[in-house]
Amino acid sequence: MASKLSPALFRSSARTLRQFHKPQWRSFRTTACARSSDTYHVHRDSPDNNPSIPFKFTAQNEKLIKEILSRYPSQYKKAAVMPLLDLGQRQHGFTSISVMNEVARILEMPPMRVYEVATFYTMYNRTPVGRFHVQCCTTTPCQLRDSDSVMRAISDHLGIHAGETTPDGLFTFTEVECLGACANAPMVQINDDYYEDLTYDSTVSLLKGLQQAAETTGMSGGAAGMGRGYEAQGVKMPTPGPLSGRKTCEPAAGLTSLTSPMWGNEMLRKDGAL
Amino acid sequence: MLARQAPAPQALSTLSHRVLPSTTAASRIPTSTPSRLSKQQCRGLATVQDEKPKPRKYGGLKDQDRIFQNLYGHHGADLKSAMKYGDWYKTKEIVLKGHDWIISEIKASGLRGRGGAGFPSGMKWSFMNFKDWDKDTKPRYLVVNADEGEPGTCKDREIMRKDPHKLIEGCLVAGRAMNCTAAYIYIRGEFYHEATVLQRAIQEAYHAGLIGKNACGTGYDFDVFIHRGAGAYVCGEETSLIESLEGKPGKPRLKPPFPAAVGLFGCPSTVANVETVAVAPTICRRGGSWFNSFGRERNSGTKLFCISGHVNNPCTVEEEMSIPLKELIDKHCGGVRGGWDNLKAVIPGGSSTPVLPKHMCEDQLMDFDALKDSQTGLGTAAVIVMDKSTDIVRAFSRLSTFYRHESCGQCTPCREGSKWTEQIMQRFEKGQGRVREIDMLQELTKQVEGHTICALGEAFAWPLQGLIRHFRPELEARMKNYAEQHGGEALAGGWQHDATKRGMLIAPGQ
Repeated sequence: MASKLSPALFRSSARTLRQFHKPQWRSFRTTACARSSDTYHVHRDSPDNNPSIPFKFTAQNEKLIKEILSRYPSQYKKAAVMPLLDLGQRQHGFTSISVMNEVARILEMPPMRVYEVATFYTMYNRTPVGRFHVQCCTTTPCQLRDSDSVMRAISDHLGIHAGETTPDGLFTFTEVECLGACANAPMVQINDDYYEDLTYDSTVSLLKGLQQAAETTGMSGGAAGMGRGYEAQGVKMPTPGPLSGRKTCEPAAGLTSLTSPMWGNEMLRKDGAL
Repeated sequence: MLARQAPAPQALSTLSHRVLPSTTAASRIPTSTPSRLSKQQCRGLATVQDEKPKPRKYGGLKDQDRIFQNLYGHHGADLKSAMKYGDWYKTKEIVLKGHDWIISEIKASGLRGRGGAGFPSGMKWSFMNFKDWDKDTKPRYLVVNADEGEPGTCKDREIMRKDPHKLIEGCLVAGRAMNCTAAYIYIRGEFYHEATVLQRAIQEAYHAGLIGKNACGTGYDFDVFIHRGAGAYVCGEETSLIESLEGKPGKPRLKPPFPAAVGLFGCPSTVANVETVAVAPTICRRGGSWFNSFGRERNSGTKLFCISGHVNNPCTVEEEMSIPLKELIDKHCGGVRGGWDNLKAVIPGGSSTPVLPKHMCEDQLMDFDALKDSQTGLGTAAVIVMDKSTDIVRAFSRLSTFYRHESCGQCTPCREGSKWTEQIMQRFEKGQGRVREIDMLQELTKQVEGHTICALGEAFAWPLQGLIRHFRPELEARMKNYAEQHGGEALAGGWQHDATKRGMLIAPGQ
């Protein structure tokens, strides 16, 4: 009997040992996203994001909503869900569950339909973001122009990795997909503005400029909303656009086209049809 | 060659009453009339054309033929300067000509859709005027696709922020051609600045009475609205764009019914790219034959090319269709970084078209048909140049990641396939795989293409097929390198060669 049992004993002890070698459990985050732009599609109540927090559009935004609704046929009110969520995000700082519920109430649609939209599109931040949402493009055209060094510059200077927010709540750093400024690669989008033709150094100086602007105005991070709020206070913000001296998308070494005088109405067709 | 294929004279006599293939027939002749041989030989199957047409050089578009004069911000985007440079001139006359005239002009111009598929625009627009369309009381919509998300493409952005009036006028002209009541311009959400400029231009046009009630004084009512997206690449597909406009997640619809029958808000609608719409008024003003005089047959017109990647001066430029790729890069972008010989590969039309290796780039013409012959496509004419320093596997692995991120998740081949290809490519980046897995990847992409609702399946499958077609040795070398460094070839699935020994390949509970 013992002789029959002993091989099994050996085998099971080996199995026990192996369990020490490699854990058999998997953490819940094994599928965790490499990019923070694909965050989970579930909502978990948290102190700053739960349905009991009231949210109301401001009077100014109410007027805007009326204007937005007029663009769509009256029986298709729900077509306005995207602009309204965007408006709510601008007012509240991020698209919280109360923003979604309020939009659903205004558009008379089931809240679930609003949640569907809010989770599908990547521009709705369902978690709070910093005052400056730094979105660095790393898709192939940017990657070829060395977006790696831009990524490095941002994490070096701010001390955070993609998907994190600085402790002072001023910067959120996200890695995003193609932003459609490939002739001006590499580039970052900060809130609504494109900063293009970046290098390691110009990225660092751009971030420094933003930090300085925030310091002068004493603006803290958090739910301050998106957009550029500083200009009114006479603080100079870095100008959006290419930071390499180019104006827009023209060749950097000088124009190769559109150098002769422009044409106007005189180029009408000659066959007299018009 | 002829001698080898020619049958023996004895056999010929027996075969003479039968129809012989042309080569054999030609080679039969020398015994009797050698003088006729050379003439017969060079005649192809189409014998109509006796003389070779003179080879025409394409490219070198003159400034007076460029439609987007404000591409580099020469003047403001306001109405006054737009009118100074030819916009909104005789728009009333064009609109009053009616839909048949506009569509016939567009057809004569040979304009093909600039959004990637290259469908003839005149024909597409004519689908809206189906039988008894005027008895239908439903509104009809023109939807302008400004959801420019394809990596490498940055042309619509330049139109919207510098030439917004060309787009608005185009909406009116194209809308009149399709008898639409309104146009919705779907801008990608990231283009906030562009949407602002465009909105201002629309406001200006309303105040000047150019659009809105009684547009341009023609008695025709036409509205233009802007709808901002929110960062979904898949919304560039026409049916998902419509879904998104209706306030739903942008998941493509099955076709048919096509949008021309049941589209936005259940009404007839047509989705057209920004560039297609924006060139329409100029075509009508300067004539379809003027536009048709550029480029090769069936690929006519001018086109905005966006050149990015490893060139000395990346830029967006308007050029003639069928311009040779080499000329495009050398003339406008100051050449490839480190000289033409430093070129490794070019993606000719945005990330979803297959790559071209250097030897194919030498005399490649940039138009729909020439690129199709090279097993790739013009797409949105977004040229991504890669020089010899490029880690091409990494570049394509990054594209796979892009498509995995942007797949809407509606149909399985794309949702799962994009994830798998991403994982496989990330392993291949390190050389962690086996050679037979390259074939498995190829087969996987073949299983995806054509089996999805929208073209995103093809969009991630084709570039990988191109990579395997042209850069297979590179993939294999990488795997060999990995094997040398790690003491053995990785097992299929990326496991290390000694994974079995180390007890890692065991099912749980075994």
